[in-house]
Amino acid sequence: MGRYIIRRTGAAIATLIAASIVIFAFIHLIPGDPVYVMLGDGATPEQVAALRQRLGLDEPVIAQYFIWAGNALQGDLGQSVFFETPVTQVIADGAETSILLALITMVWIIAFGIPVGVLAAIRQGKWVDQGLSGLAMLLASVPTFWVGLYLILIFAVGLGWFPSSGYPSIFEEGGLSNLRYLVLPSLALAAPNAALILRLTRASMLDVSREDYVRTARAKGIRPSRVVVRHILRNALLAVVSAFGFTFAALISEAVVTETVFALPGVGRTVVQSILRRDYPVIQGVILIIVCLYLVINLLVDLSYRMLDPRVELE
Amino acid sequence: MIDILRHWTRPIAARPLVSIGAAFLAVIVMFAIFAPWIAPFGPDEIDPVNRLLPPGDGHLMGTDHFGRDTFSRVVYGSRLALLIGVGVVAFALASGVPIGVLSALYPKLGTVLMRMVDVLMSFPSLLLALGLIVILGQGVFNAILAIGLIYLTTTARIVYGVALRLRAEPYVEAARSMGAGTWWVVTRHILPNMISPLMVQASFVFAFAQLGAAALDFLGLGAPPDVPSWGNMLAESRIYITRASWLLLWPGLMIVLTAFSLNLVGDWLRDRMDPRFREMVGK
Amino acid sequence: MSAPILSVDDLVVSVARTVDIVRGVSFDIAPGEILGLVGESGCGKSMTSLAAMGLLPPALAVSRGSIRLGETDVTRLAPHERVEQGCGRIAMVFQEPMTSLNPVLRIGDQIEEAIRVHDPDVVPAERARELLDLVRIPDAEHQLSAFPHELSGGMRQRVMIAIALACRPSVLIADEPTTALDVTVQRQVLGLIRELCDTLDMGVLFITHDLGVVAQLADRVAVMYAGGLVETGDVVPLFGQPLHPYTAGLMGCLPDPESDDPLLATIPGSAPRPGGVPDGCPFAPRCPRVQDVCRRGVVPVIHTETGQAARCHFPLNREVAP
Repeated sequence: MGRYIIRRTGAAIATLIAASIVIFAFIHLIPGDPVYVMLGDGATPEQVAALRQRLGLDEPVIAQYFIWAGNALQGDLGQSVFFETPVTQVIADGAETSILLALITMVWIIAFGIPVGVLAAIRQGKWVDQGLSGLAMLLASVPTFWVGLYLILIFAVGLGWFPSSGYPSIFEEGGLSNLRYLVLPSLALAAPNAALILRLTRASMLDVSREDYVRTARAKGIRPSRVVVRHILRNALLAVVSAFGFTFAALISEAVVTETVFALPGVGRTVVQSILRRDYPVIQGVILIIVCLYLVINLLVDLSYRMLDPRVELE
Repeated sequence: MIDILRHWTRPIAARPLVSIGAAFLAVIVMFAIFAPWIAPFGPDEIDPVNRLLPPGDGHLMGTDHFGRDTFSRVVYGSRLALLIGVGVVAFALASGVPIGVLSALYPKLGTVLMRMVDVLMSFPSLLLALGLIVILGQGVFNAILAIGLIYLTTTARIVYGVALRLRAEPYVEAARSMGAGTWWVVTRHILPNMISPLMVQASFVFAFAQLGAAALDFLGLGAPPDVPSWGNMLAESRIYITRASWLLLWPGLMIVLTAFSLNLVGDWLRDRMDPRFREMVGK
Repeated sequence: MSAPILSVDDLVVSVARTVDIVRGVSFDIAPGEILGLVGESGCGKSMTSLAAMGLLPPALAVSRGSIRLGETDVTRLAPHERVEQGCGRIAMVFQEPMTSLNPVLRIGDQIEEAIRVHDPDVVPAERARELLDLVRIPDAEHQLSAFPHELSGGMRQRVMIAIALACRPSVLIADEPTTALDVTVQRQVLGLIRELCDTLDMGVLFITHDLGVVAQLADRVAVMYAGGLVETGDVVPLFGQPLHPYTAGLMGCLPDPESDDPLLATIPGSAPRPGGVPDGCPFAPRCPRVQDVCRRGVVPVIHTETGQAARCHFPLNREVAP
C-alpha cells in the first residue's frame, strides 16, 4: 500500500507541475501585451511599468516561472489587479460559499442518485425503470443555468420559499439559516450530476446482478433484499465511487455557471468576473487551486477505491 | 441499399423514443437549411411597438425586449447550434483520432501524448474552455475551438484505448507479422473498426457541445451578443423572466431537446456496438 | 430402495412460454445416491438443475411438471421462499469457482451467511470452521478471514461445497463442479463429493458432459439429449450395454486408450436447437439406426429387468421390440 501511495502521489505531483506550466504559460499566450490589456488604453507609461514590475514580466520567462511557482508554494499567488489585494485573499473570500455549495450538492447527488439508481435497476425493464432512466437522460441534457433560472422563477419569485440570489455567510446574522440561500443553487447544480450517478448506479447494479456470485448468494436462500444490499449494491458502489473524481470536476465547471445565475459570492463567479475584468493573476491563482483540489480528490478516490476492493493488489 | 436502410430503421422503430429524437434532429436540420422560408420575420427585425408580447397572434412564441419575433430567432438559432455541433465534433475527431492512433502505434510517443492529455484533463472542462477564450478572444469560431479542446482529450483517450485493443487482435498481429506496413494496418484494420465507437462519441460530443456553448453564451463569453444563438437568447431574457417567462422557455427547450435527442441516439448506437468497446465510450 | 428425496416429474422449462428448453424430464434421487445427468452442452441439463434449485434466470420459467423435495412441492419456489416454508434442504455447487464467490466478502462471511439462514441455533463461526474441516481445507481458522482471490481454484470449489453444506442439504446439486479444475484437483473434489454423499446420506445430482467422471462417481445415470431424457439406468449396466444409440455414440466419443485409431468416433451432425426439435425422436436425424417410424409420433419407453430404460424404437443390445 505504502509504495502504491507514493507512486500514485508522484504521478499526481508530476501532473500538477505540468498543469502549473500550462497555467503559467497562459498569461504569455494572450495576444498583445497583457499589461496593456489589463490596464486598458488609457494607462500611463508609469502605471504600465509599475504593473510590469509587479508581475515580474521584466525577468526572463523561465525565471518568471520559477519565481511564480516558488511564491505559489509559499502560499503567495500574487496580487489581484482589480481588488489590489492578494489573490489568496480573493480566493478565501469565495471559498466558504463554494465549498458549502459543493458539499450540499454532493449530499443531493448521493441522496438521490444512488437510491433512485438502485430502484431503477431492481425494476429493470418495468415502467418505473424506463421512466427514471428517461428522466435521468433528460436531466443530463439540461443546461444547469436554465434549471437554475426556472427554480428562481418557481420557488423564489412564484412561491417565495427560498431567496433568489446572493449568500450571506453563515457566520453573519442569520447563522445556519443562511444555508437556505444555497438550496436552489445546489439543486440546480445537482440535477445533471445526480442523473449521471443514477445512470451509473443502475448500469453497475445490472452488471453485478448478472455475476455468478449473486446466483450463489440467492442459492443460499437469503432474502432478496439482503442479496441486493449485501451482494449487488456493495460491489456496484465500487464503480460509482471511482466516478466521484469525475463528478467533482463536472461540479466545478457547472458551479462557475450556477454561481453566476444565483449571484453567489463564490470562487466560480470570481473566475468569470476576473475574466471579464482581465484580472489575470486571479484567474491563474483560482485555476491552480482548483487543479490541485481536483488532483487531491482523484488521489483520495483512487486510494479509497483500492481499500474497498480487496482484489486490487496494493504492492 | 434497402437492406442497409432496413438494418438501421428496424431497430430504431423498436425504440420509439429514439425515433422521436431522430425526427427532432431532422426538424433542427430543416430549420437551419430553410430558415429564411420558415421564419416569418428576420432574426434581427426590431419592432419597438410590440415588445415582450406573449405567444399569440402573429408571434407564435411571443417577442423579446426589442420586439424581435422569438420563433424566428429560434429557427435561425438552429443554424448556430448545428455549426457549433459540427465544428466541435470535427475539431475533436480531426485532432483526437491522430493523437490516439499515433499513441497506440508508437508507445514512446504515446506515453508523452497521453500524459499531455492527462494534464489537459486535470482542468475542469469549462475552465479549460474559458482559459482558451481569454487567449483567443470571444467569437463563434473561438467558442468551437475552446469546446473542441475539451473533447479532444476524451476522444484521444477513447481512440487510444480502442486502437490498443485492436492492435493486439490476432488478425492485426498476423498482418503485422506478415510484414504489413503501419499505414496498411491503420487504414485497413484500425480505422474501419473505429467507426462505430467514433459515431457514438460524436453524438455525445455533439450533445455536450450544445450545453457547453449555451454556458459560454450565458456567461457572455460565447457567440457575440448580436448573434441569435439559443444561449444568447436565454442570457438576454434573464432580466425579464418575471415579466416574460416564455422567453426563457423556447430557446431552453430547443437546447434541451437537441441535447436529449443526441444523447438518445448516442445511447442507442452504443447499445448496438461491439460490446468489447462499449465500456470505453461514455461521458 | 428408500423413498426419493428429490423427484422431478415431467418438467418443462420454456423461454417466454413458447420455446421449450427442457422437454418433459423425470427422475428421482434417493438419499445417499449420486445421479449423473449427462449430455452435451446446451442439452438443457443446467437449466434442469437451476429449475430444481428455483434459480431459473428471469426469462425462463417452469411451464409444466413438478419438482418435489421429500413430500413438498417446490416447483415454482425461489430458494428464500423454500426456506420460509421450511423446505430449503437443497443446495448447489456451481461450475465456475473463480466467479461464484463474492470477491469483496471474506470466505467466513460468505459461509456464515448461509449458516444463519439454515441453522439458526448454532454459533455461525464455529459451524463455519467445522464445515471447512469437513471439506478438508487446512488451516480453517486462517482461511475464514481470507478473500476468495487469495485461494486456488480447488480451494474455492471446496469453499463452495462448504457453503452448500451450510444449508444442511438433503439434496446437493453439482453443476460441472470440476470442469474448471486441474486433473489432480478434480479427482480430490470428486472424492470429497462421494464421501460427503455417503457420510451425510445426501442425494446428489451431478451434472457433467464427462462420461469418465460419471462412470467413476455416479450410482445411476440419466442421459439427456435436446431437452429430454433418452436413457436412464444404473451405472454398470448402462455403461456395459447402452440401449439408446445416442448413449452409445457418446461412449464412442470417449477417448479409448487401447485403440490405435487417432481419429475418435464422433456422432455426425449436430444437436437440434431449442425450438427446432423435430417431431418423433429428436435424435432421428443423426441416428445410424433410424427408420421411418422414428420421425413421427411419440417414441415409447422400453425397460429392462436391470432397471435400465430408454426412449427408442430400435434399442441396441435388444434386438426384440418391447
